[in-house]
Amino acid sequence: MHMADALLSPAVGATMWAGSVAAIGYSSKKLKENIDNKTIPLMGVMGAFIFAAQMINFTIPGTGSSGHIGGGMILAVILGPYAAFLAMASILTVQALFFADGGLLALGCNIWNLGIYPCFLVYPLIYKPIAGDGKSTRRISAAAMISVIIALQLGAFSVVMETLLSGKSELPFNTFVLLMQPIHLAIGLVEGIVTAGMINYVRKAQPEILEANSFSRPLDAGISIKNILIAFVILAVVTGGALSWFASTHPDGLEWSIEKVTGKGELKEATQGIAPFLKGIQEKTAFLPDYNFKPADKEEPKGNETPAWPGIETGTSFAGILGGSIVLMFILLIGFGIRFFKKR
Amino acid sequence: MSHHIVEFKNVSFRYPDGTDALRDISFRITHGESVGIIGANGAGKSTLLLHMNGYLMPTSGTVNIGDLYLTRQTRQEIRRKVGVVFQNPDDQLFMPTVYEDVAFGPLNLGMDEKSVRERVEYALNLVSSLELQNKPPHHLSCGQKSSVAIAAVMAVEPDILAMDEPAANLDPRSRRLLINLLKTFEHSKIIASHDLDLIMDVCQRCIVIREGTVVADGPVMEILTNKQILEENHLELPLSLQRN
Amino acid sequence: MTFDEKYYNIGFLDQLSYKNTIVHRLDPRAKVIITLLFLFTVISFPKYEIVALLPFFLYPVLLMTLGEIPFMFIFKKVVFVSPFAVFIGIFNPLLDSGQVSIFHGFMISAGWFSFFSILIKFTLTVSTALLLIATTSFPNVCHALRQLGLPSLFVSQLLFLYRYIFVLMEETMRIVRARNMRSYEKRGHGIRVFVRIIGILFLRTVERAERIYFAMLSRGFQGDMPTLKRFHFSRGDLGFAVFFIVFLFIFRFYPATEILGRFVQGVFS
Repeated sequence: MHMADALLSPAVGATMWAGSVAAIGYSSKKLKENIDNKTIPLMGVMGAFIFAAQMINFTIPGTGSSGHIGGGMILAVILGPYAAFLAMASILTVQALFFADGGLLALGCNIWNLGIYPCFLVYPLIYKPIAGDGKSTRRISAAAMISVIIALQLGAFSVVMETLLSGKSELPFNTFVLLMQPIHLAIGLVEGIVTAGMINYVRKAQPEILEANSFSRPLDAGISIKNILIAFVILAVVTGGALSWFASTHPDGLEWSIEKVTGKGELKEATQGIAPFLKGIQEKTAFLPDYNFKPADKEEPKGNETPAWPGIETGTSFAGILGGSIVLMFILLIGFGIRFFKKR
Repeated sequence: MSHHIVEFKNVSFRYPDGTDALRDISFRITHGESVGIIGANGAGKSTLLLHMNGYLMPTSGTVNIGDLYLTRQTRQEIRRKVGVVFQNPDDQLFMPTVYEDVAFGPLNLGMDEKSVRERVEYALNLVSSLELQNKPPHHLSCGQKSSVAIAAVMAVEPDILAMDEPAANLDPRSRRLLINLLKTFEHSKIIASHDLDLIMDVCQRCIVIREGTVVADGPVMEILTNKQILEENHLELPLSLQRN
Repeated sequence: MTFDEKYYNIGFLDQLSYKNTIVHRLDPRAKVIITLLFLFTVISFPKYEIVALLPFFLYPVLLMTLGEIPFMFIFKKVVFVSPFAVFIGIFNPLLDSGQVSIFHGFMISAGWFSFFSILIKFTLTVSTALLLIATTSFPNVCHALRQLGLPSLFVSQLLFLYRYIFVLMEETMRIVRARNMRSYEKRGHGIRVFVRIIGILFLRTVERAERIYFAMLSRGFQGDMPTLKRFHFSRGDLGFAVFFIVFLFIFRFYPATEILGRFVQGVFS
């Protein structure tokens, strides 16, 4: 599931971008150190392979609906984590541009959700230990199934967190999680079967490919748990830094915080559990709060004296609607005008 | 410039899976010669070409290009001397635009941007494709791709040109253009192909290989009219000779 | 969408990006930066904001008209990818039930505002991203990214991907067509067949990578992808960038739409 721009707040978008770009930089550096030149075209073509494979629909057994694959795990198994991550990041970039899947700001989130988890977390910590030396078909199948499912669950959970932290959606945490996780369990099962089937198919047809690229690779080209921990500590620091930067530059960014909504007690679920935590983050992350910069409106029209909903008092007046229509008309006019003159 | 020779001496090559692709193959191609290499599928033509610029190293025997013996040290130098054009231009054109693709070789030689531009323009003009320079390869027709692939190789000004099935997938007109183009090159040319008419048009000499070894070597007209040799190697008389 | 449709769709978008209009000629760095700034500005608006977002349609409209990009093509693509945002957003009117008066006591649930706000932001962000690639060829976007500091290994990865998605999509399309032609009653659409298909595709891809590597070697490749410097930032590019930075700033921080509305209201009352 791709995250979308419109559901993001700038703070969350920027943080995830920072994290993903850092991971890209780190992987490029790591890869440069011990790359076999042969891997450069292989990565590119493998990326194109996953891209094309994702476009093939197949029928999910028993449902009649159709699915397609994500491919992060396949890449990790074939190319190893660093190269797989770069390939995945480039696939998502092309998709964001050409298919508008997600969007450019959500790209950071999507690289994170679909690239980092399978390549840097699930592959070294789950796939490798279960698959072992890669000689047993059953172990590989189990490893592929479990890893794909876990990677997708992590990704889906991240979508939930990113959306909630952004505060554009009213979905309560519980409902959202209950919506997302089971759907992705089903998707994960199917993709797990496909991934396992494909790895085993390749093993039978040309075992040397997998051996050359993954199993017999020296350990330093893989990832040690220590490196992962270091990476996550760095990430935590970066995230924290980004958040506190937003917090310190805009300490009173309250305008669109969830407090305005939840504080009224309209939503039972939101006042317990994660809500206070979210509220805290929201207050800290509000980016460029709107009212700080507005010129003081002295001649506020009468109808707005007692706004029923504090967050939306501005722009909901008749004047707002009127102004909006004029602006839209104006833009349309410009558009048609240009078209008209271009044709002549 | 008498040193643009290609000499294989008792070359054998075995793939890691145990296939013997070349067995004790020997021949010598001198400066300016155009040689066709023909043979059935799997006879070893492509493996042979892969030795010409050191992608594969002989298991035994020696390959001599110009005055250099092929070793791991001389590979880079030899790659400058021998330009290889592959069968599938999609594999050959790996850069995102035609210009960058043709510039790839010269840039790797460390040339500055101005000389690179001159080289690229020269090479693209050679195949009359200068107007394609800003296009991405996937917007080109098969014939255009072949031309650009040749330009990409010519941009490094190789002494010797080796080609694998240059006319595969081309429509008759593009094929004719290609043949005319090849005739204008004064390089030593080595062309592996099943297209015997093309070989007859472009080459003076022809080498037949079977199971990794030379079974016939001689003037092109002699070999391509010898029904017996051709049929033993799953080949037929060139179409232009079948009519009479 | 069927495979064929997806293929021709992406191909068409790619073709558009090689047009030669005033927008296409702008420096790709300027376009990439302004587009990113634009996106950030749009999503930085509060969740209930609608009216102040409207002026921002100017940017995609200008790109589209000056860049001669067909409206319906972009529009269809935007609609096509909308389900996720709509799916998440549609809960807002149901869950955020506070009533708001918009016009002389006419009440509406506050969630509708945030829902429409999501829809508008969605349309703005998605159409702008699509217009970026429709007006800037992908290689140019990549060169811009490289010059903006992304690792060159990653950028060459992107370029390889761009080069070969078209080749592999064509190859895949042939296999998928063969499958569809012979899978009467959809029996050939199951997972088993799918796994075989991608298995074959995978092996062919590995072989292709090998051949490409050979082609690279034979032209002197030694591990670094050479690059050309090709852009210079012209005055036009600067003008474009400055204009839109000022534009974004003004319409982000001043409720220009509302002021305009009030002014017009004042004139007529």
